[in-house]
Amino acid sequence: MAKPPQKTIIRFENVTKRYGKVLAVDNVSLSVDEGEFFALLGPSGCGKTTLLRMLAGFETPSEGRILIDGQDISNVPPNKRPVNMVFQSYAVFPHMTVADNVAYGLKVDGVHVAERDRRVHEALGLVKLDGYGARKPDQLSGGQRQRVALARALVKQPRVLLLDEPLSALDAKLREAMRSELTLLQEKVGITFLFVTHDQDEALAMASRCAVMNRGLLQQVATPNDLYEYPNSRFVADFIGSVNMFEGRLVVDEADHAVVESPELPTRVFLDHGVTGAHESTVWVALRPEKIELHKRGEGRPMPDLEDIPEGCNVVPGVIRHISYLGSESVYEVEVEGGRPVRALRSNLTRRDQEDFTWDEPVWLAWHACSPAVLLS
Amino acid sequence: MAVVIYLYAPLITLMAFSFNDSRRNIVWRGFTLDWYKVAFEDTDLIAAFGNSLTIAAVSTVVSVMLGALTAILLWRFRFPLKPALEGALGLPIVVPEICMGVAMLVFFTQVMPWPTDLIWPLNLGAIIISHISFSFSFVAIVIRGRLASFNRELEEAAKDLGAGEWRIFWDVLVPHMRPGLLAGALLAFTLSLDDFVITFFTSGPDTTTFPVKVYSMVRFSVTPEVNAASTILIVLTVALTALALRLQGTDVARIEAGDGV
Repeated sequence: MAKPPQKTIIRFENVTKRYGKVLAVDNVSLSVDEGEFFALLGPSGCGKTTLLRMLAGFETPSEGRILIDGQDISNVPPNKRPVNMVFQSYAVFPHMTVADNVAYGLKVDGVHVAERDRRVHEALGLVKLDGYGARKPDQLSGGQRQRVALARALVKQPRVLLLDEPLSALDAKLREAMRSELTLLQEKVGITFLFVTHDQDEALAMASRCAVMNRGLLQQVATPNDLYEYPNSRFVADFIGSVNMFEGRLVVDEADHAVVESPELPTRVFLDHGVTGAHESTVWVALRPEKIELHKRGEGRPMPDLEDIPEGCNVVPGVIRHISYLGSESVYEVEVEGGRPVRALRSNLTRRDQEDFTWDEPVWLAWHACSPAVLLS
Repeated sequence: MAVVIYLYAPLITLMAFSFNDSRRNIVWRGFTLDWYKVAFEDTDLIAAFGNSLTIAAVSTVVSVMLGALTAILLWRFRFPLKPALEGALGLPIVVPEICMGVAMLVFFTQVMPWPTDLIWPLNLGAIIISHISFSFSFVAIVIRGRLASFNRELEEAAKDLGAGEWRIFWDVLVPHMRPGLLAGALLAFTLSLDDFVITFFTSGPDTTTFPVKVYSMVRFSVTPEVNAASTILIVLTVALTALALRLQGTDVARIEAGDGV
């Protein structure tokens, strides 16, 4: 399905940030379209927060430029930029009431009192804090304080709302609830949201697009689905979700199929698509645990047949060494022939599913030809 | 318990004997408030008390302003010789008071003589200046401590919402400093009110303060009037110090909820 043409709202052009000799952000070029819910994802110290702070104006790029609506904002101070931020600590002013907090940005801008009151009221309604205007921040819960920070930023109707680790200070249940609430809020106000997170679940659940960063470099920019299913590097495959990685050689590479031989697996890995890598080059096969099927192995039981793969490929004998029962699913750690542990995940679709397999049971691991991702770097 | 008795026995004795119905401090003759009446009718003593309060008030205001600016300077900026300045800030606290006193005496007689014939309260100038010089560093240290707990994201949030530096200062930084400002002010006030040594060296013949006056009364004889005067000073100082400690120690949120903008 073709997307309607989108207007670019933020553009990073070859942005580099150095702190002394440390490269925090390394030649990043990135565009965000209007109306996107965009995530900057990466481990701590990867440069994602620096990128966000450069957009807000709290840091200046060492090289490159940042454009908002086509305007170079490199020399615009933070208090004059059309962006507003929700800080990690929320930074709600402790000595002001909720309403005064939300009104602050409008007051600084010299918005008339009547207009100000109307917009504050509206913003508080938007984040479901009607009636909380007279409270002081220390009378609010963490989640409510975050709503104040949200209202305070949204009331200024920024072109882009920046969120720095918006959910990291909330407890697990609330975090889950806030995910969908933030997405709904974004749809409602139609403002472009750009948020920073180290939590891949959070990024996958909320973002329309993610940029994955590592050590100052942009690794991949894609939709959550593409990031998970079509990672472009070992880093991304490993950082997003859980993965079994096998190093191997590309022995067959045709337009419609490819074969990888890995010393870590007793059988070859067959793929239903070409790889366009050099013959005999080193590649990595990334296989998600939930894409591996578990089958019983033993006397009188046939080898599993997945039909879309030639004989001798993608089916590996092993023994279950460890089971983690997680309720909705179970993770089986299987030692395949040759000693390499492989993780396979199985949903517990019925109440008795977890009883199917037990410790030290011989099993077959099998996966479809379309399941593995082949990575060249 | 022994420690408490050891610490407070002399003070309690002093306070108890301020109520003694006798010209001598040796034998208990019965309860009376007469000595407080005598003290309040002693015009010299009251004048000295007035001087003390004036000096304390003026030096407090100036020390708080100077101390706050110094604290902000040290907290906010990096500059050459900053460690030296931070060290120097502690000097008035560690330098023996007698040395401070002599230094002030020498300064005000030889370097910058303070005219003695000025009208009240200008004649207290020398004392006020010397009080500021030691109390502002206490104020600066208290406020510096308070600033250490400031969340820099608050400043960035204000800036992000459109505020300039001046607005950020008044809208965000000053409200955060308020408990430190109050505690520092009370500290400066009590330090000034109590000070004897430095004041003794800088006061002229017509500019006695309360502690100096008490000292001169003692030189004649230790009457219960001295006890009464001392008791007033003790109560005042203890009350103000307790208030200062409470303001410093109180939960930020409670203070800010109590007297927010």
